[in-house]
Amino acid sequence: MNKKKSILENNVLYTVISIIAGFIIGAIFLLIAGISPAVAYGKLLSSVFSRPKYLVWTLIYASPLIFTGLSVAFSFRTGVFNIGAEGQFVVGGLAACVLGIVLDLPVGIHAIVCLLGAAAAGAIWSLIVGLLKVKRGIHEVLSFIMFNWIAFYLSNYVVNLSAIHRESSEATKDVADSARILFPESIRGMLDCSAANWGIVLAVLAAIIVWVIIEKTTLGYQLKAVGFNNNGALYAGINADGSVLTALGISGALSGLGGAVQVLGMAGRLSQFASQEGYGFEGITVALVGSSNPIGCIFSGIFYGAMKYGGSKLSIVKAPSEVVDIIMGCVILFIAISQVFRILLQNFAKKKEGK
Amino acid sequence: MDEGTVVISMKDIVKKFGNFTANDHINLKVHKGEVHAILGENGAGKSTLMNVLCGLYKPTSGQIFINGKEVHFAGPRDAIEMGIGMVHQHFMLIQPFTVTDNIILGVEPVRGITVDRKLARTRVIELSERYGMKVDPDAKIEDISVGMQQRVEILKVLYRGAETLILDEPTASLTPQEIDGLMEIIGNLTADGKSVILITHKLKEIMASSDSCTIIRQGKYVRTVRVDEVNQNELAAMMVGRDVNFKVEKRDQEPGDVVLDIRDLHARDYRGVEILRGLNLKVRSGEIVGLAGVDGNGQTELVEILTGLRKAESGQITCLGKDVYNKTPRETFADGISSIPADRQKHGLILDFSIEDNLILQHFGEAPYASGGILNRKAIRENATKLMDQFDVRPRGSEGAPAGTLSGGNQQKVIIAREVTNDKEVLIAVNPTRGLDVGAIEFVHKYLVEQRNKNRAVLLVSFELDEIMSLSDRIEVIFDGQITGSVSGKALDAGETDEKELGFMMAGGRQHE
Repeated sequence: MNKKKSILENNVLYTVISIIAGFIIGAIFLLIAGISPAVAYGKLLSSVFSRPKYLVWTLIYASPLIFTGLSVAFSFRTGVFNIGAEGQFVVGGLAACVLGIVLDLPVGIHAIVCLLGAAAAGAIWSLIVGLLKVKRGIHEVLSFIMFNWIAFYLSNYVVNLSAIHRESSEATKDVADSARILFPESIRGMLDCSAANWGIVLAVLAAIIVWVIIEKTTLGYQLKAVGFNNNGALYAGINADGSVLTALGISGALSGLGGAVQVLGMAGRLSQFASQEGYGFEGITVALVGSSNPIGCIFSGIFYGAMKYGGSKLSIVKAPSEVVDIIMGCVILFIAISQVFRILLQNFAKKKEGK
Repeated sequence: MDEGTVVISMKDIVKKFGNFTANDHINLKVHKGEVHAILGENGAGKSTLMNVLCGLYKPTSGQIFINGKEVHFAGPRDAIEMGIGMVHQHFMLIQPFTVTDNIILGVEPVRGITVDRKLARTRVIELSERYGMKVDPDAKIEDISVGMQQRVEILKVLYRGAETLILDEPTASLTPQEIDGLMEIIGNLTADGKSVILITHKLKEIMASSDSCTIIRQGKYVRTVRVDEVNQNELAAMMVGRDVNFKVEKRDQEPGDVVLDIRDLHARDYRGVEILRGLNLKVRSGEIVGLAGVDGNGQTELVEILTGLRKAESGQITCLGKDVYNKTPRETFADGISSIPADRQKHGLILDFSIEDNLILQHFGEAPYASGGILNRKAIRENATKLMDQFDVRPRGSEGAPAGTLSGGNQQKVIIAREVTNDKEVLIAVNPTRGLDVGAIEFVHKYLVEQRNKNRAVLLVSFELDEIMSLSDRIEVIFDGQITGSVSGKALDAGETDEKELGFMMAGGRQHE
């Protein structure tokens, strides 16, 4: 009985229920659009699972999402809301791209410099907002959203600077090979995927590090204390302002790394944006689906990556790829109201027990 | 009273949550026009019983009769329709709305498609006057005092036609004056034939205001008594199931040297009004100094300055000769000042943190709890197990559970365990027993006296005059940001000064030499 109870208490159960419910709602919309859900979902599944190469692509799609998911999850756990992951992702990608084109460094070192530069750029982008919050009392959500747009236009401006712009294109020159984080040629050949890269490894490493920081270190203790109860932490002698800045800095660095992984891994260059790319906002979804748990973010990031990659193939069966957005939106809604599922299920279990 | 006047009768009420029985065959009879107190320790099941009565919970078994007829409530709406209204401990008012808007919310009188504000306002004024509440119908909630907000809550249930009012810990957040006002209103209500159910664990208030009292212990019905037939000690004993010692045992002891020395302290509050105006106060080792005063005379600000949360304008503060004037919380703590804060949920604890994590709040970065920035979970758990044992924090074995799951009394024990074992030269305790039941109060007082006996300097700030009088070796009266009088505990014991004279000084009267 206790085992059953603990299952009913478990967040994972409600996440799974929410995902299933999301797919059911998605099916309703597909039916309305006159497309067979079986065909569309079949395509979604087969485009991810039918060949090993597709699974590799799923992981490539997932890597930047895990980073932005970690970034948002970390901010949730420390009591701030990093809705600016989008902007930090963009400046991170931009920094990695510029350093990757401009610098001339040996293989390996070049990539590491680019990654560090991206992390620093994301952290600084986030810290400006943090300073505005701490010094001037400006709510972080407001400035984060504005900083997302500043990053957006800054990136488009820099992409078009003649020093790094590739003529008669809408993108920068290619990042130097020494800065790329692709797997060695042989492994890529074996995987039958030219863009296979270290991104997923870095993402998993980052998740583990974030988990250790939150759960095991005094730093995590301090950041969580401030996040849960600012006043109580202050009373106990913890420097609350410093903690907020530290939390935002780390969160921003994670998003910045996400941008770098995207540029140095899959893309190889930075294109001019027509609209916000959404990696940062998708990070909010990843964090929520992963219950703000760093390890959970690995799985929810891969799930979202699969949905994105599979969704891009939906047009083959004439289903709109937007159905993926509908499903993910519903999943979030259902997770938000998962308390309702919990009560319903527990009442049901109780009634059964009573009989 | 005869059976004919019984308005509410609850018979054999059982309420189970899973395997836990919160109410175990409880009986309650409330007569028309009486004040009926429900007395029990924290977690005894008082609130559960009242939530059953006001329709929030369905009883597992048992019957409820109103005016002799059995009723079944599907929800709070049914209970309100039968004339039962509950005023919760935490108010549920909309801050930017006016008093009238809050009262009529959900039952607005309408004319056509608009709310008939004029009619509503007249009705509110009428009700307010009938029971002597003096509420301004047009004031916004955010602009009125806590006491007034409570009156608005009472008007809200009266407006909905309540005949029986359930007041849940109504005096918990009120000043002594506001409590007097509330008692007057309760008198007006019962004179008008309404019945009042009072949930409380303050025995003095029961003695002063109630006609009968039903005692509940660990979910079980103990008995119902007429208040004029029992005394306070008997009530307390029935509540906790053993004799309670009200008199705090204190051995005679000469205080030592001055430890905490505050000189000519000036400070302004957030509005820029001068709230501390040249305050002087000394606390010696081995004595408890009670700071008596009506809320709002600078006590809060003084404590905030002493603990580093607020900056003073001028003055001197030293602790054992070390300058602690305008330091950060960390620095004042390091220099020897620990404190039991007034608001245990806001300042004292991180409610979402586990109990064991709360117990190391000031020491999380130090050995043995951490080394090299990594927490040592084993040492943290051992510390918690030891302290929970020593300070009787219940339930035992819940080291890893969030502090927010503990009852108020046990939350306070966690804070006391932490602050007392910090072993600092000065301990500041602000309303340390607020909201606690008599068993827990006895416990807190014991530890404060123990600190004094260990030659610590204890500054007790409390709005409970009884508490100050029974614990303090010296009482200092604060009024309008200054110390306006000083009374030694010996003078109190000898009967040279009494509660009345202290009250006179607290109201701004100067001590006659």
